[in-house]
Amino acid sequence: MKRNSLLVLAFLLCGRLWAQESYPINGVQDKRLQRHAFTNANIYVDYQTQLSDATLLIEDGKVVAVGKDLKIPAGTIVEDLQGKWIYPGLIDPYTSYGITKLEEKDRPRYATPQMESSKEGAYAWNEAIRSHFDAVTAFDANEGAAKELRDLGFGAVLAHRNDGIARGTGTLVALADEDAQEVILLPKASAHFSFDKGTSNQEYPSSLMGAIALLRQTHLDSRWYNELSPKPFTDQSLGAFYAQYGMPQIFEADEMLSALRADKLGDEFGVQYIIRGNGDEYKRLGEIKQTGGAYIIPLDFPEAYEVEDPLDEMNVSLSQMKHWEMAPYNPALLAKEEVPFAITTDGLKDKSKFWPNLRKAVDAGLSKEAALKALTYTPANLLNAEEMVGSLEKGRQANFIITSGDLFEDETVIYQNWVQGNPYQLNDMAVADVRGQYKLQVGGESYPVEVSGKMEKPAFKLLKNDTTKYTINTNLSDNLITLTFNPKPEDSLQNHAIRLSGWRDGQNWKGSGRLANGEKVDFNLLYEGALEEEEEKEKEEKTAEEARGQIIYPFVAYGYTEIPEAKTYLIKNATVWTNEEAGIVENTDVLVENGKISKIGQNLSAKNAVVIDGTGKHLTSGIIDEHSHIAIEGGVNEGTQAVTSEVRIGDVVSSEDVNIYRQLAGGVTASQLLHGSANPIGGQSALIKLRWGKTPEEMKIEGADEYIKFALGENVKQSNWGPHYDIRFPQSRMGVEQVMVDAFNRAKAYEQEWKTYNSLSKKEKQRTDPPRKDLELEALVEILNDDRFITSHSYVQSEINMLMEVAEKYGFNVNTFTHILEGYKLADKMAKHGAGGSTFADWWVYKMEVQEAIPYNAALMHGEGVVTAINSDDAEMARRLNQEAAKTVKYGGVSEEEAWKMVTLNPAKLLHLDDRMGSVKAGKDADLVLWNNNPLSIYAKPLKTMVDGVVYFDIEKDKEMREAISQERARLISEMREAKEGGESTQKARPEAQHIWHCEDLHGLNKHIEEVHNR
Amino acid sequence: MQKIHLYLIALMLLLAVSPARAQNPAPAPAQEKPIALMNGIAHLGNGEVIPNAVITFRDGKIETVADATRVRLNLDGYEVISIEGQHVYPGFILPYTNLGLVEVDAVRATIDEAEVGEFNPNVRSLIAYNTDSQIIPTVRSNGILLAQVAPRGGVISGSSSVVQLDAWNWEDAVVQEDGGIWLNWPSIYRRTGWWAEPGPIEMNKEYDKRVGEIKQFMDDAKAYAEGTPATINLKLEAMKGLFDGSKKLYIRADNAKEIVEGIKTAQQYSIPEIVVAGAEDAWLVKDFLKDNKIPVLLANVHRLPARPEEDIDMPYKLAGMLHDEGILVGLLYDDLKSNRNLPFFAGTTAAYGLDKEQALQLITSNTAKILGIEDVAGTLEPGKSATLFISEGDALDMRTNKVTQAFIQGRDVNLHNKQKELYKKYKDKYEAGK
Repeated sequence: MKRNSLLVLAFLLCGRLWAQESYPINGVQDKRLQRHAFTNANIYVDYQTQLSDATLLIEDGKVVAVGKDLKIPAGTIVEDLQGKWIYPGLIDPYTSYGITKLEEKDRPRYATPQMESSKEGAYAWNEAIRSHFDAVTAFDANEGAAKELRDLGFGAVLAHRNDGIARGTGTLVALADEDAQEVILLPKASAHFSFDKGTSNQEYPSSLMGAIALLRQTHLDSRWYNELSPKPFTDQSLGAFYAQYGMPQIFEADEMLSALRADKLGDEFGVQYIIRGNGDEYKRLGEIKQTGGAYIIPLDFPEAYEVEDPLDEMNVSLSQMKHWEMAPYNPALLAKEEVPFAITTDGLKDKSKFWPNLRKAVDAGLSKEAALKALTYTPANLLNAEEMVGSLEKGRQANFIITSGDLFEDETVIYQNWVQGNPYQLNDMAVADVRGQYKLQVGGESYPVEVSGKMEKPAFKLLKNDTTKYTINTNLSDNLITLTFNPKPEDSLQNHAIRLSGWRDGQNWKGSGRLANGEKVDFNLLYEGALEEEEEKEKEEKTAEEARGQIIYPFVAYGYTEIPEAKTYLIKNATVWTNEEAGIVENTDVLVENGKISKIGQNLSAKNAVVIDGTGKHLTSGIIDEHSHIAIEGGVNEGTQAVTSEVRIGDVVSSEDVNIYRQLAGGVTASQLLHGSANPIGGQSALIKLRWGKTPEEMKIEGADEYIKFALGENVKQSNWGPHYDIRFPQSRMGVEQVMVDAFNRAKAYEQEWKTYNSLSKKEKQRTDPPRKDLELEALVEILNDDRFITSHSYVQSEINMLMEVAEKYGFNVNTFTHILEGYKLADKMAKHGAGGSTFADWWVYKMEVQEAIPYNAALMHGEGVVTAINSDDAEMARRLNQEAAKTVKYGGVSEEEAWKMVTLNPAKLLHLDDRMGSVKAGKDADLVLWNNNPLSIYAKPLKTMVDGVVYFDIEKDKEMREAISQERARLISEMREAKEGGESTQKARPEAQHIWHCEDLHGLNKHIEEVHNR
Repeated sequence: MQKIHLYLIALMLLLAVSPARAQNPAPAPAQEKPIALMNGIAHLGNGEVIPNAVITFRDGKIETVADATRVRLNLDGYEVISIEGQHVYPGFILPYTNLGLVEVDAVRATIDEAEVGEFNPNVRSLIAYNTDSQIIPTVRSNGILLAQVAPRGGVISGSSSVVQLDAWNWEDAVVQEDGGIWLNWPSIYRRTGWWAEPGPIEMNKEYDKRVGEIKQFMDDAKAYAEGTPATINLKLEAMKGLFDGSKKLYIRADNAKEIVEGIKTAQQYSIPEIVVAGAEDAWLVKDFLKDNKIPVLLANVHRLPARPEEDIDMPYKLAGMLHDEGILVGLLYDDLKSNRNLPFFAGTTAAYGLDKEQALQLITSNTAKILGIEDVAGTLEPGKSATLFISEGDALDMRTNKVTQAFIQGRDVNLHNKQKELYKKYKDKYEAGK
């Protein structure tokens, strides 16, 4: 059915007619009084104050008064709203409304890397630092985009350019179709940040940890720049960055762990970021709450997957499925935890999903009050704009919406959206409710007719009986009606359409028309009474909480619903590989208490201990992987510069990598997460224990020494990156030495510069500019002072000798050479220097520098007294490090006891953790593995793996988990099918991208190289 | 036992006095004298074990395999080698490798494994197989004595051949010439994004088109094979053998649907000899494989599960699951830098569902059957080639795999290699310094 839209047109024409005062007038002045009163309304003055039978009075775009029994001054246009509802206009704090985008610059496939910023002028060295940009300078009102948001009920938005790591300021604007100068409410309302470099083609940063390091350094630089006087140079970006500290700072994080990362970064600099989250905050709600920050969350709930085909459905991961179910619960869970949050339309590809999704969130337990708060008060509050928007108190912008009823109910219609006193019509408010039961009398016949559906869009139906109804084509306006129908619609052969045209007659309609044969007839459509209330289907009496699956930690397959806890364990009668003087002892008991090994001996007993029968089994300390790249997010290489000692793997540890669990199942209990090998001086390591289910911070090993990755050879000279990678210094082993020497020279000078400055008196300091704090050099100074230790990727003997000599010249030791496949050629020198070797058991062939790699390497190094470990550098191999250790028995005849130490005690020594890990000894951490067989055998598998006395992997429990996963999938699949049948849109089943990092993964450091390799 | 030691000592002495060499040891000369291996533990490769066996071979062929406690043989004129307590195995077979086609992964000049274009069945790996590759002796040292060298890349990569791993040149090496055609089935899914920012995985919009191209090529090849073409088309000529069963079609596919579609398509052209290679998802289509009697070459037992929720040991137990269904399974190792570890793939399957002799079959008799060389290789049985080796312990376990002697076609293979040489060189250096 259609409605005449003349009224809508008329409505739009009466816009505001004045312009900015300072502008000249062409013609005569046409200033009019713009005073409106809305009476008999149910008004939400703010999200928690509701007035019924109230009046809203606005004048010149502002609220003048709101309340009951208001006196309406003469000369006011009064609208009786007859009980309709008024809400404050909604606010979206995260849009790019009206802001011109930066152009994406295409780079040719084989372009040489862009080392420097392409931005001309006195700006930051890095193109992704755009703090100098003010969105207000690029803003213009945009009718189409404004309408899209207004149609959803929004009256004001924060607009910023979502491009870059520091993005500059955002501007708060009203969504009126007026000139820019009229609609801007706060020119500089906020400062914006992200971990995404956007359209910058500059190489640095290429990784998430690089983006974090860049921001950290920029914080420091902006503060230092601010203190310089007079300024020896001009950097508008740093100046602006500093000036923005006073503003609300909004950080875009693409997932909940990055939200935690952003908050942690803020804490370092006393900044509380507002986080533009990803809608998955529920996955780690406790930590999210602890940030103390406010959130801006999207409603881009995923569509259900098409799961009809079991072979396709297999490719959808459990976490994808669970997220589909959980996403609508996110706002309610945040509200329940009292985490302050605003809601944005950002992230919704199809903005028309906004209300259906918000109502889903309400169905999932979000209270209407909390929802309204998130759309009005909270965004206004976060942007320090409460005096302007978010409520309808006196003096606020006249931003409000008029609705047919409760905004959060399905059937509610928004009639009008007023922005700064400008009315925008969404739906016709003057519509009469014609719904009801009628009798249609025409040509001597009488037909029962039902008019139902939405009030503004009624549907006319011819009733045959209680269940069979036929649609009558109708065209309806306030006064006129056209009806076309077939009196015998069930009989398709007899198309005897009757055409009628009539007019309103009180509650009835009457008029005339023609039968199919052309005969003229009169008709009456007589109102018989209201529709019978349809009995509401009894909703299942489940609370929202009960209806959904449980949250698992981490939010991937094999996550726990409850993270296991440490218990007292007594392992009886096992063959214990002590890695101590006692060697491998049979029929031995081990008692675990409070996360530590407390006793080793015969016939031990303990109260309350869980007894584990170790008969016929082998108990060892947990495997320690000296070289791992699991549980890392956003790249392992920041190889865009030769020296990147400022980047930290610790910033990007991920708790959500299923490989943590898989490796526990292979007996691994601790790992060094290393930066890759793309540059001579890489990033700082993170040492973790595989505490599956815990957060990244909880996985880190408390009080562990600090490490850093160095690298030598083909990778750092970019030998295999493609021919266009030939401009970054170094391109030869000769250059690598110079990078190292220069770095330590600079570090020494830097240390001295600070020493000198720090020795100044207070007065002198006031007169002297402080040196710049340089995080890259600080890490190198730590190396010089034995506060940070090197693990250096290395292959051939010449470069290994070189690095040892450089180290000796600067008075420190290289702690560990990793890979070190030619270590056997200079094992004696390594032993003398004090360097350890952490190597592969038998890899070679993959590049030129491993041509002389031999599987006897570990045995030869070990024989010369080098502390030798076998590492993985590979998520798969780490599941079988016991087998790799066994290869040293095969190649070079290492004893089984010593071979085993190469994946336990020796890596513990290399990581300076041997005082608490690496052997089965009273007092050490209870990081233990119970094996079904000699652990060096191909037939061995871990039965239980424990970290700090917590059993994180148990082969029997694993079976239960598989069953639970399969049941949970089955439940979710049936939910999705139900959703699809209920008319929800769906998406094709496809796998989630998983990334397994290797430090050898050089191709792909740049998009263009990846393309080459994909051919 | 003593004989072995003497033999080794002699070898060591020989090496000790010879200057360091960069080249591989010379291939062994043809077997002159019949040889008898006495009192070893013989793993026949067909599931049977003889704990105290006598094995004799003459002129490169196995004569006798028997229980030494039951038979009496006249061994006059034989070289008798006592291998008491040691294990004997048929030579292991790598069924899909770029061994001899690639020397250094990162150095383009050393790579001869792929050609330009999508359909290259006429491209022959055999003639590029470099018998002097320094990798070959290291592979041999772990008991791998045969390999099917296959090209890769494109849709139809080319023809593979089976070689023995101790030869002067490829003519000497060949065991089966151009026996297989390798088809890479297109992927249903496509990865987007790049390395540091993996984008979502999408449907491959080109999938249907790619499958269409394969069918077109098959149509043309079949018509060519059935007709009497006036001019020779090298590509279609190379495909001929697929339709009469003289060549095997190896379909590389991992995703369940790709496996089924690949096989169905091949069957549409009545190709009798079909093998699936890769087959990570084979557990999802076990019944289909069984009903269609399709043998499977499972790729990389030591890999990660394909999906986060898959059983964490799925790659380990998959061979056992398929074996239990009666599917003929072999194991392939698709990684040049470590494919000498093929025996340990088999060992892993023995820890996850199979017994050790069944596991052994996955790299011996099953593979020989799948490749079509079971008349000469795969088991210790009279009449077959004397391609076998002796290990001090269980050869499927790295803890005990120690190959002391190997014979290819009865020839006593020199087990020395570059890596052992470097080991010795530096061991001597350190010992001299002490």
